Amino acid sequence: MIGSLGFVLGTTLMYATPLIYASLGGVISERSGVINIGLEGLLAFGAFAGATVGYYTGNPWLGFIAGGVGSGLIGLIHAISSVTFHGDQVVSGIAINFIGPGLAIFLSRKFFSGAAMTIPVEYKIPKFLPGVFPKYSFLDNLLNQDWTTVIAILCAVVMWFILYKTVLGLRILSVGENPEAADTLGISVRKIRYSCVIMSGVLAGLGGASMSLAVASNFFPTLISGHGFIALAAMIFGQWKPHGALGACLIFGLAQALVIFLGSTSISISSELLSMMPYILTLVILLGFVSSANAPAADGQPYEKE
Amino acid sequence: MGKEYIDYDNIVVEMKGIVKKFGDFTANDHIDLTVHKGEVHALLGENGAGKSTLMNVLYGFYESTEGEIFVNGEKLTDHSPTNSIAKGIGMVHQHFMLVQNFTVAENIVLGNEPVKGKGLMDREQAIKEVRELSERYGLYVEPEAKIQDISVGMQQRVEILKTLYRGAEILILDEPTAVLTPQEIEELIDIIHNLVKEGKTIIIITHKLNEVKSACDYCTIIRRGVRIDTVDVDDVSQKDLAEKMVGRSVEFKVEKEELEAGDLILKVEDLHVRDNRNIQKVKGLNLEVYQGEILGVAGVDGNGQSEFLEAINGLRDVESGKITAGGVDITYAKPKDVNESGVVIIPEDRQKRGLVLDFNLAENFILQKFKKNPFASERGILADDEIYKYGERLIKEFDIRPPKVKQLAGELSGGNQQKVVIAREISNVHDLLIAVQPTRGLDVGAIEYVHKSLVEERNKGRGVLLISFELDEIMGMSDRIAVIYEGEIVKVFKAGEATEKEIGLLMAGGEANE
Amino acid sequence: MSKKKSTLTIILFSVLIGFLAGGIILKLAGYRPLETYLVMLKGIFGSPKFMSYSILKATPLILTGLSVMFAFRTGLFNIGAEGQFIVGAITAAMLGYYLHLPYVIHPLVILLIATFVGGLWGGLAGFFKARFGVNEVISTIMLNWVAFYLSNFVVTIESFVKRINVSYSIQPTASIRILGEWKTSDAGRAWLMEHPVLFDMFKSQVNVGVIIAILAVVISGFILNKTTLGYSLKAVGYNKYAAEFGGIDVKRNMFTSMFIAGSISGLAGGIQVLGISHNLSTLAAMEGFGFDGIAVALMGANTPIGCLLSGLFFGALKYGGSKIQTPPINAPSETVNIMVGIIVLFISMPKLIDVLKKSIAARKKVK
Repeated sequence: MIGSLGFVLGTTLMYATPLIYASLGGVISERSGVINIGLEGLLAFGAFAGATVGYYTGNPWLGFIAGGVGSGLIGLIHAISSVTFHGDQVVSGIAINFIGPGLAIFLSRKFFSGAAMTIPVEYKIPKFLPGVFPKYSFLDNLLNQDWTTVIAILCAVVMWFILYKTVLGLRILSVGENPEAADTLGISVRKIRYSCVIMSGVLAGLGGASMSLAVASNFFPTLISGHGFIALAAMIFGQWKPHGALGACLIFGLAQALVIFLGSTSISISSELLSMMPYILTLVILLGFVSSANAPAADGQPYEKE
Repeated sequence: MGKEYIDYDNIVVEMKGIVKKFGDFTANDHIDLTVHKGEVHALLGENGAGKSTLMNVLYGFYESTEGEIFVNGEKLTDHSPTNSIAKGIGMVHQHFMLVQNFTVAENIVLGNEPVKGKGLMDREQAIKEVRELSERYGLYVEPEAKIQDISVGMQQRVEILKTLYRGAEILILDEPTAVLTPQEIEELIDIIHNLVKEGKTIIIITHKLNEVKSACDYCTIIRRGVRIDTVDVDDVSQKDLAEKMVGRSVEFKVEKEELEAGDLILKVEDLHVRDNRNIQKVKGLNLEVYQGEILGVAGVDGNGQSEFLEAINGLRDVESGKITAGGVDITYAKPKDVNESGVVIIPEDRQKRGLVLDFNLAENFILQKFKKNPFASERGILADDEIYKYGERLIKEFDIRPPKVKQLAGELSGGNQQKVVIAREISNVHDLLIAVQPTRGLDVGAIEYVHKSLVEERNKGRGVLLISFELDEIMGMSDRIAVIYEGEIVKVFKAGEATEKEIGLLMAGGEANE
Repeated sequence: MSKKKSTLTIILFSVLIGFLAGGIILKLAGYRPLETYLVMLKGIFGSPKFMSYSILKATPLILTGLSVMFAFRTGLFNIGAEGQFIVGAITAAMLGYYLHLPYVIHPLVILLIATFVGGLWGGLAGFFKARFGVNEVISTIMLNWVAFYLSNFVVTIESFVKRINVSYSIQPTASIRILGEWKTSDAGRAWLMEHPVLFDMFKSQVNVGVIIAILAVVISGFILNKTTLGYSLKAVGYNKYAAEFGGIDVKRNMFTSMFIAGSISGLAGGIQVLGISHNLSTLAAMEGFGFDGIAVALMGANTPIGCLLSGLFFGALKYGGSKIQTPPINAPSETVNIMVGIIVLFISMPKLIDVLKKSIAARKKVK
């Protein structure tokens, strides 16, 4: 029993990891006032970049970083459109969702002789506490996670600290709430939004790389299928707060873990119907309270001086 | 205001030949401005005259197309808001630039935060500093309250403190009284007095003559982007100022013949309405409007006028009470039914409520009757011929420019947009016209047009309910004046029965002399 | 008027940039852009068969594009076309198999019901928005996934599943393919042999779908521009406050709009099953018809006729794009997705296009 619990919780963390990165990416971007619906595309590109660099260098950490850098660059496109050219942020995000995966598969075919998938990496991201606990014990299942999982949770903590305890955080929040006020006080809306949107790309890219270097060991077209949208939902669910998003991702991860766990037992519940549950649950919870109540006030509004 | 604190040897702001263009439009055309230390200087002009633009140039928010700016004798180059702050210039914008869900202290220190260690916010220190500042200048605020929970008056004090916190010596106040009650205006004048005494210099942007007279030392008048004159306020009358401001003599009083009041057309009994935050904003309001009269409702913004109107309109639920229009109970009626019972409304915000800016004029004209004969068949097919014929007719009748039915409403000037709303509304069958702030943001010509239309309506024997925050407008237009304060009509006068001062007092919650 | 014109310029400009950027990316990756585009072009117009395949690819996109457009015009963002498409497809596949009706009537009944079910799926999001204020972007994303797993669940139902991951095919009576059985009969084959153009064309699953799609375009245009319903939907989309003031029921219109949007996507799903796939199979990932529809609506400037053109454009590109993957070009077909992404990206920022136009004009002046 306790073993099963460990398995469920461990699997929860594993599935939640890419979502946490992407969701935090959403938080940082939208907190600065830029809607980022392109998380899906950013995840896909990060997954590709991570797996490719991981494969060619033989070093998963270089791959992981490459995932962040790669999607950071794609994020830059979104920043240019949203911040400099006051573009429609939702439409630009849709574009990112075409460009990210498109470019990922395009380049994959280029680097892997026409294949839409990359060759599996030799070394995956290492585990956090290998061999500390007996194999398959509760603690091993729970705590011996991929390093990327540990880093994801760390990222949430760091982002919470930055947003709520530092001067930079206060400024980011002010830009997302009332950019004009921030601007009149000499805070550069442009700089803050650029940094946050690029950071958003970096985080989503790390999420993608955690998917292709830790959960799986290569990139393939269906590796990222909807994770970006779930991360977006988690961000809203978490009320645009890092700790809230973290919690929401864990709930989604738990739902996934339960699907897998119940599938491995003799309980005969359709795994398809089970997989549906987190989405229905989200809908039901959203019906309970007005979902946009806590969105940053200037979220989605381009800031232009006349 | 006394001029005892002015240091005439010390010119703190000098703007020379400022030109600011937005595309082809010249907002400022070679404007000069000189302000001495310790002076309260008014920038007077109509809406759109270019006052705010000039101050945004001084503050570094806009870059001027031509011209030079000297602050304390030093020429400003590469100007920006940050730069401004360093030079001791602070600006309080008309629309407060506050972060609603931040605390007072956070708003004040934003961009210049006290820190402990590297980059860490020191919130205690922020609160302490705000408290000290607030005591020194007599500007009472609660540092730990969130902006969304405090009054407009206090929000303005937060804005002023923001500039003082940054060491502002020159304060620019943009239309500072627009949202204040007469009492709060008094307080503001005291604050200004305190500030000058401490050696600060104040520039006030305004279009209100009485403020210039009561709070300022000197006044620069701007009309259509050009500086008309700079005067010593003590040497001129309000009438002189008004003439300089609009370029011709203006008549505050609107010509209208005496008329016998007719039947009761609108009756509001003990009305209670709540706002979006579920706070009761209309608290037992009683009101009667008769045919052939203009009833003006005087009051400061935020005393329940919007909720009152939305309740009549059918856009907001009535909590209790009764509204009867022409004998029909419309308390719980929907907007469509209210319209059909003969009540037409010129809403407060023509761009938000009044018009669909992306529809063309003809489409806007049929907003309430697009489903009706002859504009649509019973099956719901639109009859374009009729719609555009009707559009042509209204455009001609109301002299809307440019006279093109297919022009999008958003491409018209403010005055013409308002004409479209008026044309649409009074072309609907009606016995009662309600107009809310119908002249806001319009130029003098358009204002006269609107006023004339209202009087014509009255002369045709219809009831007119005019809700306005401009007391001058109410005084000039109304046959009877009702004063609204905190969701109640506190008193109703016949025109000429009460002075502006008495009404002003009631608007602020004071007692009228019997 | 001027507004319409500038929108058109922005879109044409974006398409041009899309092709340019696609070319640059191909070039950088070491492919020959011009040849690649030529192969793509030949792959679309090279033979009657290619053209009919392109149209088949375009049909669902025209419809999901219309669906997204309809919601857009009421100020709503229908990311849920994907899910509405899926429920339409499920409906069609199940009714096509379980229901027994005569020819012509069978598909008509199915498409009507698929349209209605899609409408309900979309209307649900509209209802959540109107009644509970739930952002339609989020609710439709959730509904997409519910539909996705529902579809996969249906393919596990014992009486419906033919072999693992694939359902039984619809009854022949339910197909909307043209000359479906006849074209493989001896008589049909003999006749087609004598008409080589048609013979080539009918190698694909030619079906009446595109005619229905064109009909949907016409009807959408009529509803939006000529009816009181269209007037109120647009009024809500442009300015819901003014619409409310004018006595238009904003909430009901949100529901109506999402219902119509959903029904068009549902119809698309139905057509896809009755015309092309004839069955359901387990989905590994979203097929993307709905997401492509967003791009179609944007490239079509949110007008019905625009959706028709951009749907054909996108569908043809997708089909033509699949041709560049083979020798001698060997270029990735994803080039098309990147191009479409770039087109959408540039449509999102009209201001950049303005800047570009001005700088080009200035340069011309200098010369």
